[in-house]
Amino acid sequence: MEKRRRAVGWAFLFTASAMIFIFSFYPMVSALITSFKTGSSANMKWADPWYNNYLRMFKDKTFIMSLKNTFLYLIIQVPVMLVLAMLLAQLLNNPNLKCRGLFRTCIFLPCAISLVSYSLVFRTLFYDTGMINTILMKFGIIHENIKWLGQTNTARGVIIFALIWRWTGYNMVFYLAGLQNLDYSVYEAARIDGANGWDTFWHITVPQLRPVIIMTVIMSINGTLQLYDESVNLTNGGPAGTTMTMSHHIYNTAFQGKANFGYASALSFVVFILVAILAVINLKVGDTRD
Amino acid sequence: MTENRKIGAIQRRLIPSYIFLILFALFSVFPLFWMLTAATNTTVDVSQGRLWFGSFGAENFKALLEGAPFFESKLWSAMRNSFVYAVTQTVFCILICSLAGYGFELYHDSAKDALFGVLLLAMMIPNVATMIPLFTMMSKMKLLSSVWGFMLPAVATPFMIMMFRQNSRNFPVDIMNAARIDGVSELGIFFKIYMPVMKSTYAAAAVITFMNAWNAYLWPRVVLKDPDTQTMPLFIANLAAGYTIDYGALMMSVLFCSLPTIIIFFILQKQFAEGITGAVK
Repeated sequence: MEKRRRAVGWAFLFTASAMIFIFSFYPMVSALITSFKTGSSANMKWADPWYNNYLRMFKDKTFIMSLKNTFLYLIIQVPVMLVLAMLLAQLLNNPNLKCRGLFRTCIFLPCAISLVSYSLVFRTLFYDTGMINTILMKFGIIHENIKWLGQTNTARGVIIFALIWRWTGYNMVFYLAGLQNLDYSVYEAARIDGANGWDTFWHITVPQLRPVIIMTVIMSINGTLQLYDESVNLTNGGPAGTTMTMSHHIYNTAFQGKANFGYASALSFVVFILVAILAVINLKVGDTRD
Repeated sequence: MTENRKIGAIQRRLIPSYIFLILFALFSVFPLFWMLTAATNTTVDVSQGRLWFGSFGAENFKALLEGAPFFESKLWSAMRNSFVYAVTQTVFCILICSLAGYGFELYHDSAKDALFGVLLLAMMIPNVATMIPLFTMMSKMKLLSSVWGFMLPAVATPFMIMMFRQNSRNFPVDIMNAARIDGVSELGIFFKIYMPVMKSTYAAAAVITFMNAWNAYLWPRVVLKDPDTQTMPLFIANLAAGYTIDYGALMMSVLFCSLPTIIIFFILQKQFAEGITGAVK
């Protein structure tokens, strides 16, 4: 009986598990093997030396640029976004605040539209003679149109700005959910002990929210390292490839012009390694059990 | 009287919070509001930053339907594809992942727990890394440009399995045993008892899966080679890739692409929020 029941359990979880092996793990191994090969998709052969695709990266200026860009987005956008999300969650968690539902809905709303959609909306907003320039001119802040998407630094700024717009509410929802599960008796005790707002936040809220914070950090890093839709649709990697992300470069290497699956696989394996390393660092830093 | 004054003092202290929240809410809503107005304006008005509704909406819609001189418009086929693909993916995903979450939680033993730990590792695999082998696989299986090619890689996800597993913790095992004594089969317990009890989890999972499927871009771009099978994100991205862009029509197309998900957001916001945070509990 017990044995039979166990077998039934396996039957329940078989399909999903098999699909994850077929559509995630197997392709990952396959990508690793392909990364040591060269040639077009029909007749690929081993590269000589076998790690040649990995050597090639160091001379690939577009790749180095895309790596720099991705990390620039990561270093600026993730902390700003998460701090904003935490601040908003703290403010919205105050029971005395009116219209909490309305504020929450508005701030969460950007998550309702697709990455392609918002990229195109921001592209139209920051267009050379677009809305943003028109408003800035009207208020006399600028005297001639800024080519937001035509200069490297402003184009990067627009991407970061757009990312913050799209994802702050998303992370706020995680923090709000976390704040609801907090143990409030500790706050009462801290208040009696005369702790101020900042102390309670730093010494009580943050430690209790630690698992949620780590989760949002890992998700944000993971997402930023895989940025694609924005790079393609907001700036198209431009001007001159200076805003291109790693995923965008990999897609172009694999599917645009002369397709090179071997080299693209090697590049994608680098993304995988980076995701894994950063996730492990995060879990280690977040783990306070000594 | 003093009670009122106390409330007044509390609200006064919250003024900075209100100001910050109002500004951030406006910042969040503005681009969407602007998309709505831009969809009703001419391309000249849009590019000059006109802020209010115009009367060019019908024209923009017509331009979108007729397409540019050199290609036929795919608006309706893209809308239809997006719906069919997203609904199919959602049905398969919640069925397969809930079966697995149920199996992992309610029949758990050490071997299954170990397997679950392995499956979670798949969360760390970037889409861009599996994209090339999956493309080769789908092309060998002749599944390019099909709903199967579109959804198969996204049907079973560790996130969804984990969400169903976490939420199954509260599922009353006593009911299962009682049903077994009554002679209900194991599969019968799942369909007749588990599914109705877990309604809210299914709703949250369905909302999030539908949204993800509707909004997907990288994988559909790789697998949907035939223009007749393209989805809305591909359609609007193609519109914006031309040399001369009709911004009014473009914003109209973005509106079409966003409307279904925005409607779902407003009706099922609670389920959506539960869906994205589903696995944190």
